[in-house]
Amino acid sequence: MEELGGISRLGSANIGAVTQPSSADHKPPDLEKRLNAIFSRYYGEKGELLSLLQAVQDEFGFLPPEAMLAVARFIHVPEGKVYGVATFYNQFRFTPPGKHPIRVCMGTACHMAGGQLVLEAAERTLDIKVGGLTPDGEFSLERVACVGCCAIAPVMVVGETVQPKMTSFKVEEVFAARKAAAGQVPKQE
Amino acid sequence: MGVVELRERAASKWQGMVSGGKPVVTVGTATCGQAAGAMAVLSAFERELKQQNVEASLVPVGCMGMCYAEPLVTISKPGGFRVCYHNVTEMEVARLVQGYLVNDDPCLDLALGAVEGGGGEPLRVPELSRFEREQRLILRNCGEINPEDIDHYIAVGGYRALEKALAMPPEHVLNEVILSHLRGRGGAGFPTGTKWWQARRVPVTPKYVIANGDEGDPGAFMDRVILESDPHQVIEGMIICGYAIGSNQGYIYVRAEYPLAVRRLEIALRQAEEAGFLGDRILGSRFGFRIRIAKGAGAFVSGESTALMRAIEGERSMPRARPPHSSESGLWGKPTVLNNVKTFACVPLIIEKGGPWFAGIGTEGSKGTAVFALAGKVANSGLAEVPMGTTIRTLINDIGGGVASGRNLKAVQIGGPSGGCLPESLFDTPVDFDTLTRAGAVMGSGGLIVMDDSNCMVDTARFFLDFCQKESCGKCTMCRLGTRQLLDILNDIVVGRGRMEDLDLLVELGEDVIAGSLCGLGQTAPNPLLTTIRYFRDEYEAHIREKRCPSLVCRDLIAYYIKRDKCDRACEHCVLTCPTKAIFSDEKGIKVIDQEKCTKCGNCLERCPPEFTAVVKISPVSTLPPSPPRPVEEGQKS
Repeated sequence: MEELGGISRLGSANIGAVTQPSSADHKPPDLEKRLNAIFSRYYGEKGELLSLLQAVQDEFGFLPPEAMLAVARFIHVPEGKVYGVATFYNQFRFTPPGKHPIRVCMGTACHMAGGQLVLEAAERTLDIKVGGLTPDGEFSLERVACVGCCAIAPVMVVGETVQPKMTSFKVEEVFAARKAAAGQVPKQE
Repeated sequence: MGVVELRERAASKWQGMVSGGKPVVTVGTATCGQAAGAMAVLSAFERELKQQNVEASLVPVGCMGMCYAEPLVTISKPGGFRVCYHNVTEMEVARLVQGYLVNDDPCLDLALGAVEGGGGEPLRVPELSRFEREQRLILRNCGEINPEDIDHYIAVGGYRALEKALAMPPEHVLNEVILSHLRGRGGAGFPTGTKWWQARRVPVTPKYVIANGDEGDPGAFMDRVILESDPHQVIEGMIICGYAIGSNQGYIYVRAEYPLAVRRLEIALRQAEEAGFLGDRILGSRFGFRIRIAKGAGAFVSGESTALMRAIEGERSMPRARPPHSSESGLWGKPTVLNNVKTFACVPLIIEKGGPWFAGIGTEGSKGTAVFALAGKVANSGLAEVPMGTTIRTLINDIGGGVASGRNLKAVQIGGPSGGCLPESLFDTPVDFDTLTRAGAVMGSGGLIVMDDSNCMVDTARFFLDFCQKESCGKCTMCRLGTRQLLDILNDIVVGRGRMEDLDLLVELGEDVIAGSLCGLGQTAPNPLLTTIRYFRDEYEAHIREKRCPSLVCRDLIAYYIKRDKCDRACEHCVLTCPTKAIFSDEKGIKVIDQEKCTKCGNCLERCPPEFTAVVKISPVSTLPPSPPRPVEEGQKS
């Protein structure tokens, strides 16, 4: 995928998950019922695709493959079309997010202030790569283009909380505090 | 309820608030404020006012543009001063209520500036010197009114322009916009009146009006602030546009990453409909207009007008070749006027005060004001609205408060990934659409990132190119593969594998990418690269010839080193903080970095106590002084 130049944007964050659709144990409970509740608010027109996908992701936190198939049937378009639109936009994810999604801002102001070091520190501390999920399902790690908090750069967003003026050392502190709060002992080598 | 009653209701509510003998407390609650803890401050005020039994109006407002000072609170007392407090914490609320509201101590140690109270103009904050340089037109209500209450907007004169417009023939409304010489605020600067006129004369219906709020530039946030702080002026501008061109349906396209902006727009649209400013037969006229919100899904290219329309249609947002222009064949193939939210925000003022009034502000070719988002190494980051033609130096020094770190100012990057880096020698250029284009930058989004001598220009160019390369939709070969090739060459340069011929190759290929791309993304993607080569060629040469990064940023060209004469020996901060255990003590106790193991995370530099500052960055790596070998510890044989 990488050699395809610009096309690699499709895979910038989630390609691993895209090529291997989430397994059956990711299937959310009451999928059909919850989908029908969403569909009842729409007409089933082609132009509603983007809005439908957003509603599905709001409901489940990601786009389950079964839901994308149902959307395709609902608006009478080929499944590949739904998949094509879903992978075009950065907003959509294809695996469940962690209980506490971690987003590291890679906007201009954050980059100038060392955002890359913050991201690497988060990868190191959580022991996962960007786009990954910790084995306990607690944390998922993503890079985002800009969260609009340029005045307090670089920032890391933990769940809904914006952590201002991060450094790689402060990243470790944030997670040490959270792990301690969860009753876990920070990993010792 | 008729419009007269609406105005009366709004006026009496407003009067009761600002001059009812009660003090007024405002708390900035835009996203920037909320990130800094504004909601906690707001509820603390609620609690404290009740507890201390103080009667005051507590008003959640939008953003005043001073993001560095959030959470921002202002308190005005009848007959007293309006005082603006910065970085207010929950703890300080009780003191402010007790101090200023109960007693009469304005707690000046917590204040940013004091403002004369009473009088006709309680909405300005002139004591803060930045406001003297600014001319706030579209930001005039931001931080002054409650964006979730239409009565506030009406009370400060809102929807009066709509009333006036509906009493005029549509051609006259259009004429005012043409006379104002307003140019599109989305960056390219196309004359708004011309665009509207083109859409009006096409004899096809229905027609559409779209407000572009897909602010994708990482580092710009003015559209967000406007939608969060004063959504009604954008709505009013859109309705007027619909009337002028003969359209009955509008869309506001907003980034899904701006949930608060979406929510406040929803509230504003509902209130405008209830008040009769939207819907059928607006204000008793025969004109009807409705607005729907379309949420963006995170693709930078969606900000391009033809691509944005594809997104509203539910497709992959890829641009198309023009002509036909959107004003002839846009959304669903119908005539469409698409303008930035800031452009629509200018419209009510133009109608109210007349096109010639607007044309009296600004420079020869660019009229009105420009909103900039100051960020980066500037002391007072936030928004600034200045007349076109203001110099960069005024923006940075007088409004932005200069460089925060006290280091030397090096460059500004204007216009985000489409813009360019301008050196200090150009800081006295009056900024407008045309001067920026001549200098190789663009007005673009209006994002203005200030850089000091700790920012590497090659790395900056690489950062923006990486962004555009990832965000290219892949339609045009030059944009898809050309940006990739440019990035590969830059990646070689920043790790010290560059060749001098690469510089000419970058310029040549960059110009080809501009020529070979359909839309603004590809046509401007090489701008950061080309301007940095043009103005900072010496930095590229240092990277290539000496393998040296002059700003000590590019990680493959720097090494961390602990100065032997500065190290305290007894202190272990760096050793403890190193994630790879790369730091050890030699036989004298002096700390040494094992370069093989060092990942250059910077922890040691950050943790070394300020009284020692023993850790430094060195470039090129070849000048690193020799280090003693690592002693073999017990149980750690290599």
